[in-house]
Order: sequence, then structure tokens, then C-alpha cells
Amino acid sequence: MKEAVHIGRNPSSQPDLQQLIREVALGDQDSFAAVYDAMAGSVLGVARAVLRDQAQSEEVAQEVLVEVWRTAPRYRPERGTVVNWILTLAHRRAVDRVRSVEAAAARDHKAALLDRTPEFDEVTEQVEARLEREQVRRCLRTLTDIQRQSVTLAYYRGLTYRQVAEALALPLGTVKTRLRDGLIRLRDCLGVSA
Amino acid sequence: MRTEDLHSLTGAYALHALPDEERTAFERHLAQCDSCERETREFAAATARLGLAATLVPGPAMRDRVLHRVASVRQVPPGGGAAGKARRVLPRGSGMARWALAACLAAAAGLGGTAAWQYERAQDAGERAAQAERRAETLAGVLAAPDAESRTARLADGATGTVVVSGGQDRAVFLASGMAEPPSGKVYQLWFDDHGTMRSAGLMDPGRSSQAVLMEGAVDGAGGVGITVEPAGGSPQPTSDPVALLGMPA
Repeated sequence: MKEAVHIGRNPSSQPDLQQLIREVALGDQDSFAAVYDAMAGSVLGVARAVLRDQAQSEEVAQEVLVEVWRTAPRYRPERGTVVNWILTLAHRRAVDRVRSVEAAAARDHKAALLDRTPEFDEVTEQVEARLEREQVRRCLRTLTDIQRQSVTLAYYRGLTYRQVAEALALPLGTVKTRLRDGLIRLRDCLGVSA
Repeated sequence: MRTEDLHSLTGAYALHALPDEERTAFERHLAQCDSCERETREFAAATARLGLAATLVPGPAMRDRVLHRVASVRQVPPGGGAAGKARRVLPRGSGMARWALAACLAAAAGLGGTAAWQYERAQDAGERAAQAERRAETLAGVLAAPDAESRTARLADGATGTVVVSGGQDRAVFLASGMAEPPSGKVYQLWFDDHGTMRSAGLMDPGRSSQAVLMEGAVDGAGGVGITVEPAGGSPQPTSDPVALLGMPA
């Protein structure tokens, strides 16, 4: 299959995650440690972006990484790269956590959230992460305002499309199509394929 | 909900922006809609980039905690699906790592959910789970036998095969990981190698790249295990050179 996501570095210098996951699937803890080293920062970053809270983010990140270990035997390369798999799982778990917390104490999703994309100020200054960030930012700028706001509210804040519609005072149907159109544009700009 | 409405939910789905009940409805649709599935996968690749852009540096304590925890967390048994291409087998020593054995036992004994995004086609998932459960019961006896010995060989591209034998039960299990899908209309057939004479030990599931197979029949002093590619349904005698030959564990 095609490698859809590079981490902004020379791909040849990357650990071969697919091979490592195969070894993890056989119970190899050393290979898992290598997967951890390659992915833990991004898993934590996703959790932190969505959850905003240091302690909860670490808790969710740890759960996700243990889940990677536990379900490695079910990883199917034809359904996407290891990076996609792990970060999708991380986002899913972070969003689940946000929603369960919300159920207890409804939060205010409006105004303040709108133009604050991810909190890039506290992220790592690693060169590769910075390059990745710049490329993502550049591609986010190719979206229309509504597309960009919808996508970032959903991804980085973990809002449902109904909550996005409410926050942006848009009809539900509009938000659905903007989310899709926004991702199409982002996909094309980033040059990812699956 | 109308079909065109469901189509338009790919973006919201990939962003985990659907409420539970709508997500369930969309996943049912996804199982029958190849273009939606492709688009969802592409979107997952795009959203992964949004995630990478948010990368942080975790503290060392988190690493210690996670690595410590996995040491006691049992892994799920493998699911189906084709992975890399299997070619020649290179022997990799006679022992199986402690952890690999632990994984085999876990594979035989446990059943768990897959990651949510790897949307199993709903029907298959149920059947696979039931099959796996039945197989697991039988397999577990061999894998958990106190006298079980194993031998692992690595295929050229990283696929692996492991033979586990219980002398006391005179049965063997073959564990494959990352095997390529056999050519269309073909299957992998397992054989006991009676010192040059091949005796059929059953077929592998052609739809699964990783699987555990209880070999049919008694080991009965066989010196090794072979795998050949045979027409669907299998053959009474091998019709091609083995793609893999493994010696029995010492």
C-alpha cells in the first residue's frame, strides 16, 4: 500500500512502523517501545488539543498507547498507515472523554473557541513538528473561513457537527457539507492518499 | 435517512463529529459503500496530519508507566486481512521468544474489540468472532500444554510462521502473521513432513493474513511442517514447491 503520511522528515529515516507493529502483534515489547517513541508525542498532542487539561490528556494518551499494544494483532495495513490508525484512535478517545465530561458539566463552546485553532504555542519545537505544523497551517488557509472553522472546531475541540452548527450559527446541513468539503480540500493540499 | 445524506457524512464521521446514533447509522452504510470507505480512509489520513501538527513532548514518567502497563496487558487475537507478500522462509532459530508465546496464549484465550476506526464489515465481524472463539478453545489446549515447544521462522518480507507442538497431546498448531493473500482461487495448505513424504494437515483461511490453525491429524513423529499454494479446496498431494518449510521444535 501507499504510505500516506510522512512525519515531515525524510521517510527513510523513519522507523518502519508497519514492521514494528507486526512485531508488536507477536508480543514484542522492545518493538512496542520503538512505536511508543515514534508516536507518543503525537498521541499526547491530539489528546491535549481536544482535552486542554494536562492530567486528563496524559491519562487518555496512556490509554490509547496501551490500546495500540492490545489491538496491534488486529491492525490491517490495507486500511491505512500505522500513523493514521494510532492518531485516529487517539482522537476518538479524546473526543469520547470530552463528551463524557461535557455530559456532567455543559461547557460554553461559542465565541472564545472560534479563531483559536490548535494551541501551537506550547507544542514541541522539534524541527520536524514545526515543519508539519507550518504545512498544516498553510493548507488550512486554503479552506474557506466556514470550512476551516468547522473542521478545526470538530477536530481540535472535539465538537459534534451539531455543536459546530450551534457555535457558528449555521444550519446543520451546511456544517455537514462544509466538514466534508473542508477535508477534501485539506486532503488535496496535503497530498495524502489512503 | 436518505442515502445521499449519509454520503455527505463522511467528513463528520472522520472527524468523530457524529453523535452516537448517527455514527451507528453511518457505519452500517459504510459497510456497503466502497466509495465512502475510501473517502473516509483518505480523510483519516488528512486528520492524522492535523494530529501530527499538535505533537508535544511527553515526559519520561509517561513512558515508564505505559511500558510497565503493557507488560501485563493481554493482546487481542489477530483479525483477518491480507498484508505483505510471503515468499521464502528463513529459519530464525528454534526457540520462540517468551513474549511471542505469551501473545500466542493471549491470541488463543482472549477476544476483544478492534480499534473503532478499522470498521469491520459488520457481518464478517460476528462470524469471525464466533469462529475464533471455537478455534480458540481447541487451540488453547495445545498452546497451553506444559510441554508445548515452538519454533518460529521469518518470511523474507517480515511475515512469520510459528509451529507449536505438544508432544503429550501429539498435536500441533501453526501460527501465521502477516502472510500475503494467496493468488485468486488458491489457498495455503499445511502439511506434516514425514521425512520427505507430505501428509495434509488442513487448509489455512485465505482471507486472513494472521491466523492460528490447529493442524489436522496427529504429529506422529513428523520432522517438519510445510506450506504450499494449492487450488481452492486443497490437494491430496502437494502440487507445487513449498513456500515455507519449518523443522519441528527440538
